[in-house]
Amino acid sequence: MGDPFLKEEAMKYMLLIHQGDTPTPASPEAWATLSQDEQQAVYADYQAINQTSGVTPGMGLDLPETATTVRVQDGKTLTTDGPFVEIKESIGGYFLYEADDLDAAIELAARVPAARLGGAVEVRPIVEW
Amino acid sequence: MVTILEQVFRDQWGRVLASLIGFLGDFDLAEEAAQEAFAIAAERWPRDGMPTNPGAWLIATARNRAINRIRRDRTLIAKTRLLQVPEAIEDTMDATTFPDERLELIFTCCHPALALDAQVALTLRTLGGLTTAQIAGAFLVPEPTMAQRLVRAKRKIKAAGIPFRVPPDHLLADRLDAVLAVVYLIFNEGYGGHDDLASEALQLGRALAELMPDEPEVHGLLAMMLLLDARREARFQGEELVLLADQDHGLWDAAQIADGRAVLDRALVLHGRGPYVVQAAIASLHADVPCDWPQIAALYGELSRLTDSPVVELSRAVAVAEADGPQAGLDIIDRLDLDDYRYLHSTRGELLRRIGRTDEARDAYRAALAMVDDGAERRLLERRLAELDAHPT
Repeated sequence: MGDPFLKEEAMKYMLLIHQGDTPTPASPEAWATLSQDEQQAVYADYQAINQTSGVTPGMGLDLPETATTVRVQDGKTLTTDGPFVEIKESIGGYFLYEADDLDAAIELAARVPAARLGGAVEVRPIVEW
Repeated sequence: MVTILEQVFRDQWGRVLASLIGFLGDFDLAEEAAQEAFAIAAERWPRDGMPTNPGAWLIATARNRAINRIRRDRTLIAKTRLLQVPEAIEDTMDATTFPDERLELIFTCCHPALALDAQVALTLRTLGGLTTAQIAGAFLVPEPTMAQRLVRAKRKIKAAGIPFRVPPDHLLADRLDAVLAVVYLIFNEGYGGHDDLASEALQLGRALAELMPDEPEVHGLLAMMLLLDARREARFQGEELVLLADQDHGLWDAAQIADGRAVLDRALVLHGRGPYVVQAAIASLHADVPCDWPQIAALYGELSRLTDSPVVELSRAVAVAEADGPQAGLDIIDRLDLDDYRYLHSTRGELLRRIGRTDEARDAYRAALAMVDDGAERRLLERRLAELDAHPT
């Protein structure tokens, strides 16, 4: 912003990775559709992202098929098998990014392999209370 | 004095607001402060006279009001540390104190993380100074819907951290298309009768051309706007619309046409072949007497390939009708799926009239009339209808 003494603190973003049709090593058949070079690039890209200054890597999430969804109705806990949204729309991973602004977060999101392999990355600002 | 004040307000609104948003980092605070400063000016200037630099005075006054307001608001003091801001002094401000930040503002308003309709609305509101009601009217949506759209866009800019800046080089090209589309829309709004908006769009276009001297499409857009705007005086006779064929060429601004052609040449030197450069070339040919209609038709063909737009095809039909006769134009029009577009019907009416199909011409004009509410355009169509009735072929 215009005056440096008014500059606000850096923004914090949660980058939510939606796998979509992205092949992952967890599905060997789909993963095999990628060439060896492409597979290496996926690993290398995720590693580079995790080492980017400002990034706090997320924990590894198992496949959405292993998810259990929990609701409470009239005090009774209801559980269903699978993720809350469709499997394709569910979260495959996440990480935190502290950056100057949305442009920086968008650029990092564009480097996430899932974004170019059939998935998408949702950039959500973190609210600080 | 009242009209001079209104003129100053119109001229300065975008620049004052841009400067305040840059300073305060908040659209709503900036808008409130700007409105307050304009209100103070309306009260003081008629009494004390206008300051030498009205824009700088407005910015300085708005800054002071905003700082005072924030000082009174403890939570905001904690957040922005504004207590450290030195008091701006109203009387000694000169133009160099406040750089023009409208470009920062337009790139923020046209950020791709905002929906396109929000980008357009926000730019018209902040830089064009249009009211929410005017924008709602221009886009045919209810005013509360448009108000909501603006609120949501401003909230997202702040919450998501959309930066207030001209994008760095590696992002600039990507961000340019939306900005050009928005400037063009503002110009079109101005071309429809708001002269101040047309000149606002021209100012933005010039600023963009200075900032991005190697972008052919920026020059293409500016050239097109200059060439169209140069015919502004001839487009109306009193309150009545005058079509190109009937315009008094003496009313064209020859200097501005030359200016527009020079800008077009710059775009062509840069190997520009994009939609704005082609439209500028068409506008340049339109300013020739007589028009080279086959060449114009060919350029519309090129533009049609670039944009895949039925509206462009309609323009091509007009040029083809001039070059090869009304029937050739009608053949193109009758293939278009554009029934809810009033100019399709008015153009059809004109071409049908020329080949003597009077009854069909009358129906087409009536179809166009049913879609138009603007005064001058409505009267033009009514005149055409009356002429048909007076001189049936």
